[in-house]
Amino acid sequence: MATAGPIDLRARFSPDEAALTADAAGPSQSRRRRILTFAAFAIAVLVLWEAVKWLGGVPWRFENVLGTGLAIDHNPPFRWALANDLNLPHWFSILGALAAPVQRNAELSLGQFLAGAAFYTWREAAIGFLVGALLGLVLATIFVHSRLLERAFVPYVVASQTIPIVALAPMIVYAFGPNVTSVVIIATYLTFFPVTIAMIRGLRAPDPRALELMRSYAAGRWAIYQKVRLPASLPYLFTALKIAATASIVGAIIGEGPGGIPDGLGRAIINFNQQYISGPEKLWAAILVSSLLGISFFVVIRVAELVVLRGRPGAAEG
Amino acid sequence: MDPRSPEPLASTSKAGEVVHIAGVDKTFVTGGATLTTALQGIDLDIRRGEFISLIGPSGCGKSTLLRVIGDLVAPTRGSVTVNGKPASRARRDRDYGMVFQAPVLFDWRSVEDNVKLPLELMGYDGARRTARANEMLDLVELGEFLRHHPYQLSGGMQQRVAIARALAFEPSILLMDEPFGALDEMTRERMNQEVLRIWERTGITIVFVTHSIPEAVFLSSRVVVMSARPGRITDLIEIDLPRPRDVETREQRRYFELVTAVREALRRGGADTGVVEPDSEVGLASIDRTIAEGGIG
Amino acid sequence: MTSAAAASPGRVTGASQSGGRWMQRFWYYLPAVIVFAGTIGAWELIVRNIDLRGFPLPAPSDIVGALGENWAAGRWPLSKAAGATLFEAVGGLAIGTSLGVIVAFLTARFATARELLLPLAIGASAVPIIAFAPLMNNWFGVLSPLSKMMIVAVLVFFPVVVNVTRGLTQVEPAALELMRSYAASEWTILRVLRLPNALPYFFTALKIGTTLSLIGAIVGEYFGGSNDVLGRVIVQSASALRFDVTWAAIILAAITGIALYLAIVATERAVIPWHASLRSQEP
Repeated sequence: MATAGPIDLRARFSPDEAALTADAAGPSQSRRRRILTFAAFAIAVLVLWEAVKWLGGVPWRFENVLGTGLAIDHNPPFRWALANDLNLPHWFSILGALAAPVQRNAELSLGQFLAGAAFYTWREAAIGFLVGALLGLVLATIFVHSRLLERAFVPYVVASQTIPIVALAPMIVYAFGPNVTSVVIIATYLTFFPVTIAMIRGLRAPDPRALELMRSYAAGRWAIYQKVRLPASLPYLFTALKIAATASIVGAIIGEGPGGIPDGLGRAIINFNQQYISGPEKLWAAILVSSLLGISFFVVIRVAELVVLRGRPGAAEG
Repeated sequence: MDPRSPEPLASTSKAGEVVHIAGVDKTFVTGGATLTTALQGIDLDIRRGEFISLIGPSGCGKSTLLRVIGDLVAPTRGSVTVNGKPASRARRDRDYGMVFQAPVLFDWRSVEDNVKLPLELMGYDGARRTARANEMLDLVELGEFLRHHPYQLSGGMQQRVAIARALAFEPSILLMDEPFGALDEMTRERMNQEVLRIWERTGITIVFVTHSIPEAVFLSSRVVVMSARPGRITDLIEIDLPRPRDVETREQRRYFELVTAVREALRRGGADTGVVEPDSEVGLASIDRTIAEGGIG
Repeated sequence: MTSAAAASPGRVTGASQSGGRWMQRFWYYLPAVIVFAGTIGAWELIVRNIDLRGFPLPAPSDIVGALGENWAAGRWPLSKAAGATLFEAVGGLAIGTSLGVIVAFLTARFATARELLLPLAIGASAVPIIAFAPLMNNWFGVLSPLSKMMIVAVLVFFPVVVNVTRGLTQVEPAALELMRSYAASEWTILRVLRLPNALPYFFTALKIGTTLSLIGAIVGEYFGGSNDVLGRVIVQSASALRFDVTWAAIILAAITGIALYLAIVATERAVIPWHASLRSQEP
């Protein structure tokens, strides 16, 4: 069972205790199983996709299939608007489009172009992500140590989670101009809010008895923070970082798109959307690359989590 | 058959017998290919109206035995007969009331509705449900707390609601799995008194799992002593303390003698090896997980 | 299930002295109110006295003014736009939640489905689903509210599946044993135990869903839509340099989000009051 909730990832203090309870054999086995089920699912989706096209798409003809000289004709029994080549291109045409030139007579292939755009977007998101995470960490630390400041500011941080703060993205672009700074700011605040909330919880997560134990050693605030609060908060931090990883990519795409920054994925989505009639595969490819970018960033954080929290109970889940 | 597991001491007449356990083994598969023998060669007869306690060190399979009687765990070998029929039949006939260590009350139901739960499932009509629930809550002296919700009650009170719920549909056997293990000593003694009073008033057969020697001696008519790895019955001790039992029972000479007898029986069974057992019921925990993750199906 | 909630003496004493509790609340929230008033005041003063040329930050009073002027009239009738966006958000929330609950039941019922779908549903949180908005616009019509509802539905769907599946499957093992000792059927266990157990999880998903639904609707509109929706008003008024209207629309979006969220919280309190004790422990 994948229980990703912070409650289940509550940190232990003794690494020995954690090592005793960690299951040595289970995770790698279940991970392999997960990868297999995922592969099976991906294949099922691709087959289903073509099945829909085969049943309700438009007639197609392939010349010289795999160099055999054979031609394949197919006339689907139904005609569904949703399954025509404009609304649902063959998935292999989408993959094929990645290899084709991005524009007529262009040297760059669509795949190369989108990879460049993805890197551009990721760089913006990653900078904002780092700044936002650090800011959230610092502010949470302050709030945990000052009840007054907590009461004054935290209600707004919490409320930010119930409103569509991403709606601010175009305003940020107007304020700071259509450049990297704007997108970094968007990614920063989208990361900062969840990290602050999670870290306030996380820094408060230690067992009160652990804090009493530290006080019995006459440990100061800094020692308690460093030895107890910070380690206990790490599972919460990573839960928030995983949310923020996707949120920062989303923020970057929205900042670039409607905000009008030319080099990233957001603009690519807008442009290819305008060229949809002439080449729907390009939009699909741009969305595919955006999804891959989001998943990759998530996976990077997840791997960091596995490394940092290794040996802790529940670390291999979620 | 294990030579150390004794024949049932008191051979009972078939008519007075509620539970008949013959040659029960239970092995669990834990963590891949490892087999854990939770129970081995269990023979036991429980008489009608008896208060019988299962006592033993952690991991001796006493909770598993209780679940085998209640048909919550199927034995690997052997048979369990309850009221003259197989345990699975008895469960479907609703012969069992269960009380666990945790009260397992449903947060979303009031105290009264929690007691009514089994009655709803068993098709009692509305008026009888209310009457039975009131009667049972009066029996456990919680009549005033009908409308409360579980979270508003103390741990001891919650456990009394669980007992009322278990008795509500008049099962013939009450299975109690360390019901007072999570309570403090004072509450526990009060609950012991309470459960004896209920037992005397209802005449129900009780099978009671505990790891407390004084509790087993104070409550029981017989104490079944079990040993660990593999779990088996090493002794059956008749508790001949006079009834009704009360605070003074705990001060009688005979009480201390019996406490000592049980303690020595446990020691003979290898209970105090000084080894701290891992989680008491490894196999059981994995079974629980299987149930929990088994989905609705 | 209940043991964690059993010891909450605060609830008992709190109820007996509700008069003092209001004063306590007042003092508790005073710093937050001061921060709010101070921020608005400073913002107003700065914008009035310093020339922020080119910086799209009108004074709060101008924003409130724009909200009033454009409430029902003008090029950007804000109330109409907010209503249209709310319609898209709630419609999509309903579609996504319904589908999510159905899939959660199937996922919870069949172990194989759960092994396959649950990790994928969890993994879906890593996908910037909002990037699919242009596709939905192409499929369901860029001007049709349905295209925004569908993107909202996809956004909401995954958290609902994950949470409701957890709620249906993560019941106390002893509670299952209890039900089995009653010889209860799977259907009875579903009705009596799993469904009530899943309700708090369902409301958690709905609360996540409200925020996602507004994000989905507004951002879907950024990628194109009819003129009278909040997302279009934000984009168009900003490109017309009418930032007072833009901010008014953003604030209206925020208020709509909070209102939707509070509506869910109120429903939750009414439907699962027994869960309140557990919830009050959260910050």
